[in-house]
Amino acid sequence: MRKPIIEFKNFSFQYHAQAKPTIKHINLTIYEGEKVLIVGPSGSGKSTISNCINGLAPFFYEGEMTGSLKIKGKETKDMSIFELSEIVGTVLQDPDGQFVGLTVAEDIAFKLENECVDQPVMQERVKVVSELVGIDSHLESEPHHLSGGQKQRVTLGGVMVGDVDILLFDEPLANLDPATGKLAVELIDRLNNTSQKTVVIVEHRLEDVLHSDVDRIIIVQEGEIVLDKPPADLLALDALTKTGLREPLYITALKYAGCHVKPEDRPQHISRMQLGDYKDKLSGWYSSISKEKAKEKRPVLLEFDKVSFGYTKEKMTLLDVSFKVHKGEMLSIVGKNGAGKSTLAKLLCGFYKPTKGSILFDSRDIIHDTIKERAEKIGMVMQNPNQMISKTMLFDEVALGLRVRGVPEEEVSKRVYEVLQICGLYPYRSWPISALSFGQKKRVTIAAILVLKPEVILLDEPTAGQDFKHYTEIMEFLKQLNQKGITIIMITHDMHLMLEYTDRAIVLADGTVVADDTGAHILTDAKITKKANLKETSLYELALKAKLSEPRSFVQCFIDYDRRMRTKCRN
Amino acid sequence: MQELMISYLKRDSFIHEMTGATKLICLVLCSSITMLTYDTRVLIGMLVFGIVIFKFSKVKFREVAFVFYFILAFLLLNNVAIFIFSPYEGVKIYGTRTELFKLIGPYTITIEQLFYLLNITLKYLAVIPLALIFMTATHPSEFAASLNRIGISYRIAYAVAIALRYIPDVQRDYQDISFAAQARGIDLSKKEKLTKRIKNAASILMPLIFSSLQRIETISCAMELRAFGKYKKRMWYSGRKFAKKDYLALLMVSILFILAMGVSISNQGRFYNPFRVQ
Repeated sequence: MRKPIIEFKNFSFQYHAQAKPTIKHINLTIYEGEKVLIVGPSGSGKSTISNCINGLAPFFYEGEMTGSLKIKGKETKDMSIFELSEIVGTVLQDPDGQFVGLTVAEDIAFKLENECVDQPVMQERVKVVSELVGIDSHLESEPHHLSGGQKQRVTLGGVMVGDVDILLFDEPLANLDPATGKLAVELIDRLNNTSQKTVVIVEHRLEDVLHSDVDRIIIVQEGEIVLDKPPADLLALDALTKTGLREPLYITALKYAGCHVKPEDRPQHISRMQLGDYKDKLSGWYSSISKEKAKEKRPVLLEFDKVSFGYTKEKMTLLDVSFKVHKGEMLSIVGKNGAGKSTLAKLLCGFYKPTKGSILFDSRDIIHDTIKERAEKIGMVMQNPNQMISKTMLFDEVALGLRVRGVPEEEVSKRVYEVLQICGLYPYRSWPISALSFGQKKRVTIAAILVLKPEVILLDEPTAGQDFKHYTEIMEFLKQLNQKGITIIMITHDMHLMLEYTDRAIVLADGTVVADDTGAHILTDAKITKKANLKETSLYELALKAKLSEPRSFVQCFIDYDRRMRTKCRN
Repeated sequence: MQELMISYLKRDSFIHEMTGATKLICLVLCSSITMLTYDTRVLIGMLVFGIVIFKFSKVKFREVAFVFYFILAFLLLNNVAIFIFSPYEGVKIYGTRTELFKLIGPYTITIEQLFYLLNITLKYLAVIPLALIFMTATHPSEFAASLNRIGISYRIAYAVAIALRYIPDVQRDYQDISFAAQARGIDLSKKEKLTKRIKNAASILMPLIFSSLQRIETISCAMELRAFGKYKKRMWYSGRKFAKKDYLALLMVSILFILAMGVSISNQGRFYNPFRVQ
């Protein structure tokens, strides 16, 4: 008999700051040793479910709960957050933000320190756990100096050390590059298999999590559970797209080809899926869809010519980087954490000066232009809108850049209103910014840059942490801007973004350009994906498996077709 | 920027081997000595002691040079300020007035004042090497543990340690935010008028505060989830027991302390007065 370990019965939770309950009448049972994935769009309440399991709600985020939630047979109402922490170990989203120890060993030991465990026992436990998660060779390092994947191991170690029964992951992949994300998923799977711990993952990057098996997927929407099924059954339905989530790309491709995916095809993993007669359907569909012509090359607007830069004399962050950006292009810059992507952006905006090489704009070297002068041509939008917003009112925020440039107030309001129209923010023009959603704030920061009429907009991770719906909203908006003639450069980890929205991608690895090609070509090239910590797209695997002719161009075809379909759906 | 700030420097010295708590107590005792006394002989003694200890710590002067000069500049400023606001403090203390030469207006240089300022300078100079050693020879993770050891609540000790650790992160945030602001035309350079610059700096402050608050929320969540604050006490992974060295150091510094106090008593006051007519 399976033993339930987490039991929600008619459970609701309402934060004190909210007018309505965030989760409503939830019934959900998770059994010992199970591996469950909870998905749902932003604001669906999936994070609240996880907060209720680990006790952050109501102990940290106050609120009202009704109904019953039992963890290991005990009502959480009668427990403290500390008691819960003995059963539930939580890995939060951002590893950087949750390091408390100054060395890896101390960070892993943190929980034991608080539990007043004796030092020798503590050291022994840390040793065992660090071996388990594979970070034992870095015990004396500072967690902040580790790579993304190693950081994830440390946070996991810090949770495992307490010998908890449940491992809870709150969007574990959000800050990882694709290859590191894949390793993280494999590590979680290994821990689930070897230690028999119950694993609950809250994540919206479904395809990436499904890289390893999960027992059940639970879809949350508007605070309610709308579906609770094994992945094979769920993928055969249209449940994901209906809730505004992205299904694995190969499933979408099969559906376009007219295949009715069945649970017994084992669709949860492309490498193990049985394609059978889908192969013919797929190649039939492939030959029927029209291929888009490659866009003609427009004149070069921006050029990096053998640019090198290092923060210190000893170590070069960028080495001989050269590439061109054409007028009206939409371009992405990808690569693993620390490859030099952000540095490249900073050089472009003039925050730092290259040690060597030149940056040309309209064939003129702009190295000696000030930050302010460059900002009239190249606008930079940062990843976190909160880092840019400095006014309380929307209008003032957008007007800021014009006002400091001494533009007369009449013209300021004319231009601000114009930009707000373009950005779909006009209805909110007299609102305080604090009343806007995250996505709207993001638009405000874009509007604040747009108002200065730059020719190029540079965005750092424009869609980080966004669900499919918001991702599509932001990207479609950027696409519209692009169609108005603005050149757009994006720094991103998101392979979907690179595939779907950019004509070309520049891949950086260890400070050098390793590829400059279309997204479809890059994500079908094992050498490049390996070098830059990317992941080959499942579409390519599907194409290979179905033995399609020209599997690489199949990827591009699918992307073009998918974009057309989605545009049609929206209109 | 990083080279300018001082941080832990791993060296193989007996000072590094002592526990953080020992070093902290010694620092507190030594600073009390120099703070309490104005006796030139004691201060010179402490200065020599500090320099010797600094040599033993195997930390090189150039590694802390920036901070040292920074403090020195403030010290100079401090001396000038004392002279401006209280030009005859020395005369008052030592009870004699030996004029050297007249400056302007009410300002006359006296030997007593110069001697008084010399003592103040010595006070600082005697503490600086010791403080620098404490900062460079105490592993940051031992810092919180040592604060806790001398009786400060571990919650406060940890808060201090975490705050120290997050300084580089906040610096990075500040830099990113100020870059973004500059790109929008908010000028922070000297080209702008001072009043405008202050106003512009304020527009960086708001996003900085918000992003810092966000950091605090995340870290406190993470700490609470890992049972921080569960008990009245907590253990320290890197906490170490007192060894012979530690007891020896404590004993030595305590003797120094008692001696210094003894000198003060025999002087009948905190000041050593070479001007008094016997």
